[in-house]
Amino acid sequence: MSQIHVTTQINGDATEFLCEPDETLMDVLRDRLGLTGTKEGCGTGDCGACTVAVDGRLVCSCLMLGAEAEGRDVATIEGMATGDQLHPLQQKFIEMAALQCGICTPGILVAAQSLLERNPDPSEEEVRYWLAGNLCRCTGYDKIIRAVMETAADMRRAS
Amino acid sequence: MRYEAPSREDEAVALLAAEAGAKVLAGGTDLLVRLRGELIEPGMIVDIKRIAGMRDITPEAGGWRIGAGVSGAEMGEHEGLRADWPGVVEAAGLIGSTQIQGRATIAGNLCNASPAADSVPAMVAAGAVVRIVGPKGAREVPVIDVPQGPGKTALEPGEFVASVFLPPRAARSADCYLRFIPRSEMDIAVVGCGLWLVLDDADRVTAARVALGAVGPKVMLVEEAAEALVGRVLDEAALADLAAACSRAATPMDDKRGTVDFRRHVSGVLARRAAEIAAKRAKGEMA
Repeated sequence: MSQIHVTTQINGDATEFLCEPDETLMDVLRDRLGLTGTKEGCGTGDCGACTVAVDGRLVCSCLMLGAEAEGRDVATIEGMATGDQLHPLQQKFIEMAALQCGICTPGILVAAQSLLERNPDPSEEEVRYWLAGNLCRCTGYDKIIRAVMETAADMRRAS
Repeated sequence: MRYEAPSREDEAVALLAAEAGAKVLAGGTDLLVRLRGELIEPGMIVDIKRIAGMRDITPEAGGWRIGAGVSGAEMGEHEGLRADWPGVVEAAGLIGSTQIQGRATIAGNLCNASPAADSVPAMVAAGAVVRIVGPKGAREVPVIDVPQGPGKTALEPGEFVASVFLPPRAARSADCYLRFIPRSEMDIAVVGCGLWLVLDDADRVTAARVALGAVGPKVMLVEEAAEALVGRVLDEAALADLAAACSRAATPMDDKRGTVDFRRHVSGVLARRAAEIAAKRAKGEMA
């Protein structure tokens, strides 16, 4: 067989997997590691449903090969909560009903978390531009943007 | 299909030379789409990002060398690069979403050879030169000479772009890139314009380069547009001559993104706006 052996960190855990050379990181996460929180939307890098962070940088996991994850640090939606303790963004999305069908939500949460780590006080325009690569066909975006803004305000108050 | 991630340039060259149809993987934002869409079925993918220097932005001879694996996001976060070549950095930053910025490279944007590639007119205006490595060794090629038409480049079999070199920024010089899209972002250029100029102490243009994208089968360097500026201050007459030269030079086609007439007109409009921004940057009045 021509499978590739990859050693990586996923949500802080040392992880090993075998994958085909042409298998995407998204397919590895979902089908080999059971991390199905990462969603497949378009499969062409347009919708952002498959967003993960690699070495702290957002990428579409559908546009990265699993083999490329060798030695990298991958963060998925499954690593966002701490045990039963939801991340403030997750909690706020529930409180403010910033989701409907939920398919885009993991990608949006991962992307929003990355924004708030870089910029704890983003303007609405900055939030909208940062999340422009995360498509949502249910909400019309407004609740999502407001939930991110409110979470940022809460987290600034808490710190 | 095989996946290889060599750690040395000569290994990558040997792999590419040995396997006809092997594809180079840098950011993968174009390659993976084509692979998954089964538009290509390469026997091998050679990931060049593990080669030393490929992910680095390095000062060199007063300018900057950008490895072929450097992402748009990394360029945008690099203060030195932003200060010297704001037009190239803003062009690279316009490509795709935050997620695409995490991976997409200007070397890949060039090699994908789309006529509408945003970073390419900016690199041409900046006088960028790429370092190409291959079975016959390395060669330096100006960016303007790389695209040969939609999807076609001057790369020979087994060759790949290893880095992009941006020359030293001259005193009172600056660049700018503007594009027109019908949305506020996340779209493909209807027209793109990269422009670079140098001013003397009396604010007269002493040198300029003007490049247009998406208005022909490949990026074009518009000599007449540069000639319209050199020796003049950027007054209304000079800007009007610049715009007219760009509109004349453009050879666009009609498609769903814009008509021939519209694209010709917008070529001129973007050029004059880019000239005004570049001049302000050259004078240090804006970043």
